[in-house]
Amino acid sequence: MAAEATVPAPRRSAGKRLADLFQGRPRLTVAALLAAPLGWLVIGYLGSLGVMLVASFWHLNELSGEVQQGFTFDNYTQLFTGDVYRTIALRTVGIAAAVTVTDAILAFPIAFFMAKVAKPSMRSLLVVAVLLPLWSSYLVKVGAWRLMLSQDGAINWALEPFGLHGPGFGTTAVWLVMAYIWLPYMIIPIYAGMERIPDSVLNASEDLGAKPLRTFRKVILPLTFPAVVAGSIFTFSLTLGDYITPANVGTKQFIGNLVYSNFVSNLPLAAAITTTPIAVMVIYLLVARRFGAFEHV
Amino acid sequence: MSTTQNPLRVAWLCVLGLFAVLLVAGCGSSSDSGSSDEITSIGQTEGAVNLIAWAGYAEDGTTDPAYDWVTPFEKQTGCKVSTKTASTSDEMVKLMRTGQYDGVSASGDASVRLMAGGNVDAIDMSILSNYADINPSLKDQPYNTTDGKNYGMPHGWGANVLLYNADVVKPAPTSWGSVFDEQEAAKYKGKITAPDNPIYIADAAVYLKATQPDLGIDNPYELNDEQFNAAVDLLKAQNKNIGEYWADATKNISSYTNGDSVIGSSWQYQTSTLEADGQPVSSTLPEEGTTGWSDTWMLSNEAANPNCMLEWMNWMASPETQVQVAGWFGEAPANLKACAMDKDSKANCDTYHAEDQAYYDKIAFWQTPVSDCGDDGGSGGGSDCKTYDDWVQAWTEIKG
Repeated sequence: MAAEATVPAPRRSAGKRLADLFQGRPRLTVAALLAAPLGWLVIGYLGSLGVMLVASFWHLNELSGEVQQGFTFDNYTQLFTGDVYRTIALRTVGIAAAVTVTDAILAFPIAFFMAKVAKPSMRSLLVVAVLLPLWSSYLVKVGAWRLMLSQDGAINWALEPFGLHGPGFGTTAVWLVMAYIWLPYMIIPIYAGMERIPDSVLNASEDLGAKPLRTFRKVILPLTFPAVVAGSIFTFSLTLGDYITPANVGTKQFIGNLVYSNFVSNLPLAAAITTTPIAVMVIYLLVARRFGAFEHV
Repeated sequence: MSTTQNPLRVAWLCVLGLFAVLLVAGCGSSSDSGSSDEITSIGQTEGAVNLIAWAGYAEDGTTDPAYDWVTPFEKQTGCKVSTKTASTSDEMVKLMRTGQYDGVSASGDASVRLMAGGNVDAIDMSILSNYADINPSLKDQPYNTTDGKNYGMPHGWGANVLLYNADVVKPAPTSWGSVFDEQEAAKYKGKITAPDNPIYIADAAVYLKATQPDLGIDNPYELNDEQFNAAVDLLKAQNKNIGEYWADATKNISSYTNGDSVIGSSWQYQTSTLEADGQPVSSTLPEEGTTGWSDTWMLSNEAANPNCMLEWMNWMASPETQVQVAGWFGEAPANLKACAMDKDSKANCDTYHAEDQAYYDKIAFWQTPVSDCGDDGGSGGGSDCKTYDDWVQAWTEIKG
């Protein structure tokens, strides 16, 4: 498709000559365009990952506690032999899964209402409302939940007349707060996915005699499933790495807390621990790709 | 796109190449730095000093205009003070090892590591005029002295006390058993708090030292396998009753205010703040004794401004500064002249038992656990004691 310039060019300005350089050389053009972002990705992003992986084979000097560069599998041995690390990894993955499922269940009707029921003006209002919590600081939201969940907090106050008691600080509280905080990241992809389903498809299903529940199961769910998987990548990975919520409303440790507490005292071990969520996320993304999460996003 | 080479393959080759370079660079030789010559004089000041300090150790009047000991120092010495606040001992050690700072207010669990790592310089303390007035109990201690060489200026000290809500916890506790004994602690299940710090294992050791003399614990920071396991088991059992491990004092205070915590190990600072707020709390130093911290200003061996740092150490030890620091932070001053300035300073010293030798003797001050068990009789004096690394790992397991 390249239109070759055959007319010999007279003397031109530097800019024009630069343009000539790229003329008819698509690979050079692509390379020049991608150099900066690719450089950033490889050096800044993958580079830091690489440094971390390398650091996970270092160890600490016993006496001074200083990081010694060298090669040892000790950190990984510790990771795989210590029961506590397995427990924490399973707890984290479990909560990440629970938060993802909770958010999917909560987000589905909201997204459906936004995409298919609400009028356009109402729709934009709802989008703003969903995104609004993201405008305030994450720390403030966790802090607010800490106050609400505390012994003399709002939740216990509201439940008291019914003779009930709130969950208090703990793993249940972590699940609640995470599900609240990451919900917008699930609603938006599902909403985008549903918006793409033409109304005619839903009408056709109805015309062919399908009851609403059948339409939901056979038409809406399969068509929006890739969007749910895409949203779940956010909720799952964000929960997997978070340490502030468990530190504020939880009593047990999560992978993020382990990394955070070892980051200062034992950097090589922290680096080794970090490989766990990376491995989990790689597997998750491969499965998500299977479900077509990357096809329409 | 019709390129001859698969761009994805090129990208992967780039990444692999980068990793290879990193591996070679990363696994190369490590460098050892640091000389251990003693500092014997103060030279011309450099005009600036970079500090690592606990929050509240270098106040310049921005928090409360009444508390300012940085500005007068800058005026007198011409050394502009920059402070980096650290929130844990581990963080302080890490920051010191960057070589970007001139000095640090190190607690014992950090200072031993810094001395062992050669990150701080020994100082002939006679060059600092205020050292003569420092409480003799704080001089030549394991957390500020190695091989007879002094490594810094004592700053002040405090005890970890048993803080409790007097409306809930009755009768008033006198023993750490209230948080360690299974039956006692179960009474306040879910409302017991403890510091989120590996060094808290020493608190369990202090309790075991008194209640299980068979273990033969002498120094709670020098624990052999058997002693260490007993302490860790005690803390694992305690974990069932813990509501929250506190990491910063403000959060600890709010937990008592909101009723989430009713009893646990805390500082006198929290007690005083809660009392001033009208909360029904009280604190005690239990009969088994306790752990505590004693901080030391130390000079980095890579200091760019060593002379300003030495001036700062001497400034911090002056009676006038000590009164301000002790009053602001809530601790016992190291310079006992700070207790005789006026009525307030005397009252402050009484609150923190600055001149109470019997109280001081009940405290086992923080020091970094190392494999060398020291020369005491208790642990056998061998070199098989648990290191700080072991303590950190055990702490992870205790919290679960």
